[in-house]
Amino acid sequence: MYFDSFSEFLAMGGHGLYVWIAYGLTAVIFIFNLITPIFKRKRLIVEQTRQLRREELHASNS
Amino acid sequence: MWRWFHKLGSPKWFYAISGRWLPWFAVAALLLLTVGTVWALMFAPADYQQGNSYRIIYIHVPAAFLAQSGYVMMAIAGAIGLIWKMKLADVMAKCCAPIGASFTLLALVTGAVWGKPTWGAWWVWDARLTSMLVLLFLYLGVVALQSAFTDRNQAARASALLSLVGLVNIPIIKYSVEWWNTLHQPASLTLTQKPTMPAEMWVPLLIMVAGFYCFFTVVLFMRARVELLDRERRTGWVKDIISDKG
Repeated sequence: MYFDSFSEFLAMGGHGLYVWIAYGLTAVIFIFNLITPIFKRKRLIVEQTRQLRREELHASNS
Repeated sequence: MWRWFHKLGSPKWFYAISGRWLPWFAVAALLLLTVGTVWALMFAPADYQQGNSYRIIYIHVPAAFLAQSGYVMMAIAGAIGLIWKMKLADVMAKCCAPIGASFTLLALVTGAVWGKPTWGAWWVWDARLTSMLVLLFLYLGVVALQSAFTDRNQAARASALLSLVGLVNIPIIKYSVEWWNTLHQPASLTLTQKPTMPAEMWVPLLIMVAGFYCFFTVVLFMRARVELLDRERRTGWVKDIISDKG
């Protein structure tokens, strides 16, 4: 371990603000990339399920 | 060979194989990124000139690597789609764009946050920074083109052309620190030379780079799979998947 204490680790030798902003933004970008396809997939499945049901209903009515 | 090529282009085949690979890449990404981040933040020694602010390198460099290789991949996939009209290549090219754009943005922003304590400025119109900004605009151009057409093939063709033209920017980014007198430091990791950093600094960097690439693969597969389901929604295999989930 390079740092002696947790507060020193947070302070990053006076550069804490910059380091933590950079790592925080990285987390944001990672989460964005993970969440977008998950939501897209969910929406697609809901839409398509509805569509398929509609088609089935239509087929059984005619 | 050709049979393999055709199989590779088959959406159904890719959907199945990527589903099998995804968890492995996800586990690898999680492990590499966890080990890399802990090492980078807590165990790597401080830089003798820049102190602890240099720890930003562990996300800045991998993000910049991904930004560029994601672009090259997008252009190659675009070219394959143009020449052989392969559906899967079009899907890949389309899915690379938003991911690559987000990592270019990350490289630029982490660079700015690093530049402030190191150079005393958030931004300078330096060759490396400017060519990376151009890369971001190229990505955004491709994203915009992809959604500008109602016809998928037209969108794919236009974006492939733009990404191929923009490919000239990649060597400019790479050599910008050598061709022009820039504030940006030269490459930290190269294939041909021994690293200028001690091992306890570059080993975690390498781990982070590997982790970022695995993460890129994970999110690219995730996006591509949704895109494939969307495009193939009228086919039997997609209907089966949908009715399983719904």
